[in-house]
Amino acid sequence: MQQSPDQIRRAYRQMRLIREFEERLHIENPKGEIAGFTHLYSGQEAIAVGVCETLGDNDYIISTHRGHGHCLAKGCDPRDMMHEIYGRADGLCKGRGGSMHIADLTKGMLGANGIVGAGQPIAVGAAVACKARKDGSISVSFTGDGASNQGTVFEAMNMAVVLKLPKLFVFEDNGYSEHTGSSYGIGGDLKTRIEGFGIPVWEADGFDYFSVYEATEKAGAHARAGKGPSAILATATRYFGHFEGDPQNYRAKDEVQNFRDTVDALKQIREKVTGAGIFTNEELDAIDAEVLALIDDCVESARSGPTPDADVLMSDVYIDY
Amino acid sequence: MTVMTMRDALNEALFEEMERDDKVIVMGEDVSGGAGGTSGSRDAAGGVFGVTKGLLPKFGEDRVIDTPISESAIVGLANGAALAGMRPVAELMFADFVGVAFDQIFNQMAKFRYMFGGKAKTPVVLRMAMGAGMNAAAQHSQTIYPILSAIPGLKVCVPSCPADAKGLLKQAIRDDDPVIFFEHKALYARKGEVPEGEYLTPFGEAALLREGRDVTVVALARMVTFATKAVDKLAEEGITCDLIDLRTTSPLDEDTVLESLSQTGRLVVVDESNPMCSIASEIAGLAATRGFADLVAPVQKVTAPHTPVPFARELERMYVPSPAQIEAAIRATLRDG
Repeated sequence: MQQSPDQIRRAYRQMRLIREFEERLHIENPKGEIAGFTHLYSGQEAIAVGVCETLGDNDYIISTHRGHGHCLAKGCDPRDMMHEIYGRADGLCKGRGGSMHIADLTKGMLGANGIVGAGQPIAVGAAVACKARKDGSISVSFTGDGASNQGTVFEAMNMAVVLKLPKLFVFEDNGYSEHTGSSYGIGGDLKTRIEGFGIPVWEADGFDYFSVYEATEKAGAHARAGKGPSAILATATRYFGHFEGDPQNYRAKDEVQNFRDTVDALKQIREKVTGAGIFTNEELDAIDAEVLALIDDCVESARSGPTPDADVLMSDVYIDY
Repeated sequence: MTVMTMRDALNEALFEEMERDDKVIVMGEDVSGGAGGTSGSRDAAGGVFGVTKGLLPKFGEDRVIDTPISESAIVGLANGAALAGMRPVAELMFADFVGVAFDQIFNQMAKFRYMFGGKAKTPVVLRMAMGAGMNAAAQHSQTIYPILSAIPGLKVCVPSCPADAKGLLKQAIRDDDPVIFFEHKALYARKGEVPEGEYLTPFGEAALLREGRDVTVVALARMVTFATKAVDKLAEEGITCDLIDLRTTSPLDEDTVLESLSQTGRLVVVDESNPMCSIASEIAGLAATRGFADLVAPVQKVTAPHTPVPFARELERMYVPSPAQIEAAIRATLRDG
């Protein structure tokens, strides 16, 4: 643990923010006020935060359909995000994107994406811009185990190698591609597959913030140094279904509870930093309380946010037409 | 005015825009070519149709990017580079290859700005060669601009001559919205007058190539050259037509079509694409809705048949609308009314 207490406090808060954001959405979703599909990131917080804490403002990320965690970790405003998820005119995307299309270009967050495997070639394109700027910035894509089987991901990896781009591929194996185990969908071995493209892989424990952070520092340094793309392979689980409302008939009854009781990312970081005497439980409790109050506030404000009108429907299809 | 081919006019547009703005980059399969080859020559291809020839020696490998054959990744590369501040001009080689990369076109570049609350800018130009005339058969000959014109968020160019090709491409590169740029293969070698100096051709403004009083003829891309033949031939008999070259299908210059129709009352639309959901259908629909009161005869659609593009010379000739068919359609609309 070579990080400063400030860094660790920030990372803990980011993870708590994602956890409470998602747990609260799980409670609010069945009430019927939130439209459409919602995919929650609870359980994987250490990956998004471990990666994004190594990134700067001029680095890019692109996310997946399960994007809330990546968005928050890269600095998207939780209130604007909540308003977006509630379809409000003052949401981050004016209520036109929803849960699956949250983006904030000003934060280098190039979008959650509803198409599995679509983000990777786009992130490779952002890496072309990083390389042209010569400012040491990198572009990061998050890829689930499901997306790891899409041809676009193979094309993106090959392209990044051929063009020797500052690109980091983060693979998150959360155990399930929708309703099917990742072990079924991945032919061969994912790490070997990535290495087959000539991309060095750093493995990380996706429940452990420090493990992901340290792996990303190394992998990121490789990409920033002009040595071409690198990859992180992290394993964790998602605590909720593929989408909200998924009965999860494909999972053993006690599977999620076992993860929560043993390797949970928030539990782990808390035990580590209190054990090392960096923070007391009381100090972390205070962060938790502040985050909970923030989420309460976000939900309350989103519930009564302005609904979009026909102007929102008709604008921004083009810049000029 | 300088006389040059459409290929050279496009090449000149790329040169000028790359010189003007170092954010403009070119990418695609064989846009220079020769990398990894045994001759040691780079710029060995300059694009399979020669449109990007000479760009690599002038602008270097960082701005003229040869890619593997990975259409999804090529378009994705352009999309991401554009989101991150570049102005990419990606080449997809044959328009038919849109099928391989379609997600990046219609789910991604077309929708970023809208989905992301109006904050994203995706100034991508996606160039592709289209059309029959080379006996390249069903997977290398299609004119698929109707499919792309139907997608909100995309702009679509279909130039018919060197001057418009250059002006539209320069406008496309400067445009902040994504633009699909169709180049008809049979027009690359076509020569025409190109204005000297700097100019841009605006989108959504059709060109009135011939003025007449009897029939409105609307055409695009290669069909403009065929329609011109038919219209000029009929003019010798005293049958005169307005000939409108759409130049872009999205935005579509409806007003120019309707204004002409209000003078002639008769409409012939010539479109190399298949008839269903075509630009011909769109223009006919326009006449049936906003121009209905002006119509004195049924609209004539001259299109390819509802078949894939065939290979054999005789078959391809039958497939592509001919000047004779256009002439017959003009005569028919005069007879029917």
